[in-house]
Amino acid sequence: MDGLYKLTIGELSDLLSKREIKSVDILNSYIQRIKEKDPQISAYLYNDFEEALQNAEAADKIIASGDDFPSLTGIPLSIKDIFLIKGKKTTCASKILDNFISPYDSTVVKKLKENNYVFLGKTNLDEFAMGSSTENSAYKITKNPYDLNRVPGGSSGGSAASVAADLCAGSFGTDTGGSVRQPAALCGVVGLKPTYGLISRYGIIAFSSSLDQAGVLSKDVTDAAIMLGAVAGFDEKDQTTRRFEVKNYAEIVKKADKSLMKGLRVGIPAEFFSDGLDPEIGSKISEIKALLKELGATIVDISLPDTKYSVATYYIIATSEASSNLERYDGIRYGRRHKEEDGKEIQSLDGLYRKSREAGFGNEVKRRIILGTFALSAGYYDAYYKKASLVRKLIIKNYKDAFGKADVIIGPTSPTPAFLIGEKTADPLSMYLSDIYTISVNLAYLPGLSMPVGVVKNPTKDGGVLPVGLQIISPWAMEDRLLSVAKIIEDEVGKYIRK
Amino acid sequence: MNNNDLFEAVIGLEVHSQLLTKTKMFCSCPNIFGLEPNSAVCPVCLALPGALPVINFEGVKLAVKAALALNININKKSLFARKNYFYPDLPKGYQISQYLDPVSSDGYLNIKTDGGGKKIRINRLHIEEDAGKLIHIGNRSYVDLNRAGTPLVEIVSEPDISSAAEAAAYLKALREILVYLGVSDGNMEEGSFRCDANVSVRRKGDSKLGTRAEVKNVNSFKFVEKAIEYEIERQIDIVLSGGSVIQETRLYDSKENTTRSMRGKEEAHDYRYFEEPDLPPLILSEEFISEIRNSIIELPEAKRGRYVSEYKLTEYDAEVLTQDKDIARYFEDLIKENNGRVEIKKLANWVINELLSELKVREGEGRSLIKAQDFLELITAVESGSINRNTGKIVLAEMLSSGKKAGEVIKENNLAQVSDDKGIEDIVKQVLDENQKELADLIGGKDKLFGFFVGEAMKKTKGKANPKKVNEILHRYIENYKSGRS
Repeated sequence: MDGLYKLTIGELSDLLSKREIKSVDILNSYIQRIKEKDPQISAYLYNDFEEALQNAEAADKIIASGDDFPSLTGIPLSIKDIFLIKGKKTTCASKILDNFISPYDSTVVKKLKENNYVFLGKTNLDEFAMGSSTENSAYKITKNPYDLNRVPGGSSGGSAASVAADLCAGSFGTDTGGSVRQPAALCGVVGLKPTYGLISRYGIIAFSSSLDQAGVLSKDVTDAAIMLGAVAGFDEKDQTTRRFEVKNYAEIVKKADKSLMKGLRVGIPAEFFSDGLDPEIGSKISEIKALLKELGATIVDISLPDTKYSVATYYIIATSEASSNLERYDGIRYGRRHKEEDGKEIQSLDGLYRKSREAGFGNEVKRRIILGTFALSAGYYDAYYKKASLVRKLIIKNYKDAFGKADVIIGPTSPTPAFLIGEKTADPLSMYLSDIYTISVNLAYLPGLSMPVGVVKNPTKDGGVLPVGLQIISPWAMEDRLLSVAKIIEDEVGKYIRK
Repeated sequence: MNNNDLFEAVIGLEVHSQLLTKTKMFCSCPNIFGLEPNSAVCPVCLALPGALPVINFEGVKLAVKAALALNININKKSLFARKNYFYPDLPKGYQISQYLDPVSSDGYLNIKTDGGGKKIRINRLHIEEDAGKLIHIGNRSYVDLNRAGTPLVEIVSEPDISSAAEAAAYLKALREILVYLGVSDGNMEEGSFRCDANVSVRRKGDSKLGTRAEVKNVNSFKFVEKAIEYEIERQIDIVLSGGSVIQETRLYDSKENTTRSMRGKEEAHDYRYFEEPDLPPLILSEEFISEIRNSIIELPEAKRGRYVSEYKLTEYDAEVLTQDKDIARYFEDLIKENNGRVEIKKLANWVINELLSELKVREGEGRSLIKAQDFLELITAVESGSINRNTGKIVLAEMLSSGKKAGEVIKENNLAQVSDDKGIEDIVKQVLDENQKELADLIGGKDKLFGFFVGEAMKKTKGKANPKKVNEILHRYIENYKSGRS
């Protein structure tokens, strides 16, 4: 069967169940596609087709032996290079981990293995997930499949591009301030960041522990539900996971019906339609608003007044936690240890730390370590870290109040469509503003989803278009509602937009 | 140094005590001392990328137990925090500790001083993890992370301590409680019980505190006293010579018996404490706390008081018997088993004079006590006269070595005391017959020869004769000789 790489997980799974195709067939389709396309896109840091073939053959055996197998069985997926996989290189797109082979599996990967998935390879990201364009990778720049001169967003840019360019059936990423949703929006795929604590962080390289959450990037909402169901749940190895009831999201999404929209209160926060928003994106979101109204939803104007402090709050909390989380990269036990020019070991301890970290970390990582170290320092702690923690509480309260009036909140995912490579690298602040609509969701521990709802004209490419992402935010731990609303919108606006 | 009379020292102690948990504080690696380097490690305590800590509730229990025994209030909600600094023995680059909201705060400990008793207030007891160890060989340094992540409690006193002797008394009392409760092994040499001292001096009558220096690296009780004494003298000398003490961290050198500057205030670490985002707040339920409260056994101070008032023992005996909680428990078992037959004072003597000295001889062989019931059988045998006290000691040694019961040992070695009048009388007669010259001298007035005959009689019975009986009978015979009746 030709073009298997185009299909969704749901579709592939269906064909596998009917024994119309084999996992090896799907894999071969992706291998060919990757060999053809990835040299231009650079979504992957590396592939492991040998391992993939073993996975696919194993999956085929399981499928042949019975009908009762998990829904990711035999499905080729890509994984952001921030998840540890036993025996595999995990660099977090940093030079400091360029030789690091993980001796253990992250909980997400452990669950994927239990689901008989097929591991296609590790995708590119901003170093230590710090960035919104994947330009901060120490290894390569990933291109947006819609326009190779543009960024895929970040930090899970490799994952988003790999899904958008059909280089995998789905991808796992992480989202600290928008790192799944923003690249999903820029690449025209679905990106879901679940409630903090729904997916274990064990074995995911930490950037900001109180904000990091694994997420999924997929071709449609159904796939997001399938992927979430496979990895969600309490993990005794991560004390920040909750004993949530893990629902059958795939089943819930399947049953989602237009009638659900009747009387659904959809909140539109004024703050998400601020000056920085690209007017074309603004009008796309307005179209969705109108569509929802048509479907019987009640549109409610709401306010999240303190979210104007989100970016500032985020860059204090995230950098503070990062400055501490990244202390372990010291060249002592693993990772890059800098040597003298003549190849000899550096003799002083201070020198060893200094040189290894100087050579190992990129500029953005260093910038954030310095920021975070400053924010936590004696004499500044109260003014920065403590104040930011208090503002975070206000933002949580804003959302709580808003969800008293609305059942879901919608808005744009990103203020602009995909920007040009190099456009914002010289101006970190404008880069930070790419996440202006996504960050508050992490600060409030809430689930958020970005889905493609149309395209705008690409100003630099004749006849080219760039995708627009709609962000949906639901109350805490209500992924079922979030996914259902997304599915209904998807059914209305048509599945993801083809390039 | 009478200048000392013009000054008073103000001392606060920070004690770090390892907890006797099976596993480390935030991972499931074993918490055992002395394993091959880097053999008790995992992704969590090696601080591999992506690894996360998980609270060990056994450690929390022991910490709460210690806090309750030290009269420290338990905080039902406490927070873990990160203390950030770089050092090769600290794999994460931060230590998980407690900072703003510790598991317990505001308590006290009573200590004995020359002037009687004193209450030393305790500011807090909190939970944290230990660092690994650096081993320096030649000009190379090696890192052993077996100890990294093992559980500790830090117990911080208020500056209520006024002398080196008080500091030692405080430490001793603290250590005794922790060891008694099975919270810590209290081993200072192996570093499982460590102490830093904050020392300052001021002129008597001054209300303002002097500048303090923190003395680190004191790893025995003896050194704690010496280090503090030295530091007090040093600071007094500085003040008297018109200088001023600087705030700094000083290292104690036990070989030189001095303290030397390690780092000054300006080089002091900025630990950048903040709440540990990988761990939820530690919430303790009332049930959890009261369960631990109920599991706390009688502490040594209370025990000593009871031994004196209830058992009518001397302070000294009570002290000896309660030093080791296993011995105290054994002694109490003995009393229960005895059920009033033998006087408690005698039981105490048996434990202190015989059992403890036998155990001392056997130190290092691994202690195995005989059953209280069996020991009591032996004591009864001696007290009733069926064997004599010396034989009793031999029997005890044999019982401890072989695990046999007193009756068996006595029978197998034919050690039963000859107590029947007839048997002893025969022996006495025999001894008198065999030593006619000495007998004549004795009758003639050389009274000290009496002992000679007792000795001979005991020799003949291989020490089994009841010496009291031998004395009695011999006395009767000599008297009869003297009065010419025989």
